[in-house]
Amino acid sequence: MDTPPPAGRPGRLRLVPPHGARPVNRPVPLGDLGPPPRHALAEVMSKVAQGDQQAFSTLYDALAPTVFGIVVRVLRDRAQSEEVTQEVMIDLWRQAARYEPTAGSVTSWAATIAHRRAVDRVRSAQAATDREHAQAAREHTTAFDEVAEQVETRLESEQVRRCLRGLTELQRQAVTLAYYGGLTYREVAETLHTPLPTIKTRMRDGLIRLRDCMGVTA
Amino acid sequence: MNQHRSDLHALAAAYALDALDPAERDDFAAHLPHCEDCRRDVAEFEATAARLAGATAQEPPPALKQRTMAGIDGVRQLPPQVPTTGATRSLTHTLRRKAGPLALAACLAAAVSFAGLAAWQYQESQHARHQAQQAEQRLDTVSTVLAAPDARTTHGRATNGALTTVVSSDRQNKAVITATGLPAPAQGTTYQLWLDQDGTMQPAGFLHSDGTVALDGDPADATAVGLTLEPTGGSPRPTTTPLLLLPLPA
Repeated sequence: MDTPPPAGRPGRLRLVPPHGARPVNRPVPLGDLGPPPRHALAEVMSKVAQGDQQAFSTLYDALAPTVFGIVVRVLRDRAQSEEVTQEVMIDLWRQAARYEPTAGSVTSWAATIAHRRAVDRVRSAQAATDREHAQAAREHTTAFDEVAEQVETRLESEQVRRCLRGLTELQRQAVTLAYYGGLTYREVAETLHTPLPTIKTRMRDGLIRLRDCMGVTA
Repeated sequence: MNQHRSDLHALAAAYALDALDPAERDDFAAHLPHCEDCRRDVAEFEATAARLAGATAQEPPPALKQRTMAGIDGVRQLPPQVPTTGATRSLTHTLRRKAGPLALAACLAAAVSFAGLAAWQYQESQHARHQAQQAEQRLDTVSTVLAAPDARTTHGRATNGALTTVVSSDRQNKAVITATGLPAPAQGTTYQLWLDQDGTMQPAGFLHSDGTVALDGDPADATAVGLTLEPTGGSPRPTTTPLLLLPLPA
């Protein structure tokens, strides 16, 4: 796939993709008890913080689907998403002692880290190719179409689907294009041909309505 | 005043959705410690966003768990500390971990200098202090880049499995690289860093082990950061296939 450059004169080189064969797709054996309840994860996390690898295995089982799911949704490339998921999980291991239960749930913490990483990855890749505006515009359209479709049909959670349906069209688009599409609010405004202040406001009241609908507390 | 306040609250939502530009993100993160309402909003919005994430959950391939479990083996955990907010959270933590031994070295230097007046002791202390100063200077450069409002982050994995993050700031005209999981180089070799400038690889310093170093040279007109294994002492041009070639954001 990649021919090494001639020794002595590497010149312009290509990014070397991560090595290793593609993982074989096998059914995932489900744990006897399933993922532990949310409050129990904080307990698991404190064991992880003490270097307990068994606890990390439990944490992985509980969080990896959420992390992988959102990373794939934002990045769309599965190979890259696996890489980012692994980075995120290792970061959780590294930072376990810094988790503050008072600042939010373990799941929220992990999702925040995962989303941030995925978005950073998208934006650094985008910046590299951003000279072509057409490309960026095309990606926005794809993001919009895919997101619209996914929101309608593919979300696992009935509650999230229902709550998203409770938003106005503009609120829903502002929130989902930003979160699932990985767009900045400026890009959202451009994509939706809507003034920036309007998008900021819709993003905020959209999230407030979702928060109240889902009964989320920090 | 009112306008300003509502503006900030509108940003809390965009912040939780990672929808701010890097400069705005840093500004808002800097504002967070001073705004309790904003912190509460961000926490609630992040929890809401986490539910959106949960709705897309899917099982990763099983091999990923094996790789991850193997991956944590060589990764040292950070001690507990009050978490900082903002874009450079994890890197700052990496730095703090580095700062520990440096602070210790500085304390030792100070302690030794008071301990006695014997010449060798004095020399030792000077040496230790000099080393500590050098290390602190390096740390300063790194912190400046990480704190720059225009800092841009890119991630990549080297072919030898090391995870790397490059943070560059055009305003500072500096870039730093962090590596984790870097295998020890074979006897007589060293990791050398490169900046790809107009298709030519310019030497940009060395990376001896896991950690963060500033790259030599101007990242502003570089298109990528490279990493190769070179004979000890380095080479004027790369002599081996790059382990990593990370394109820098334009």
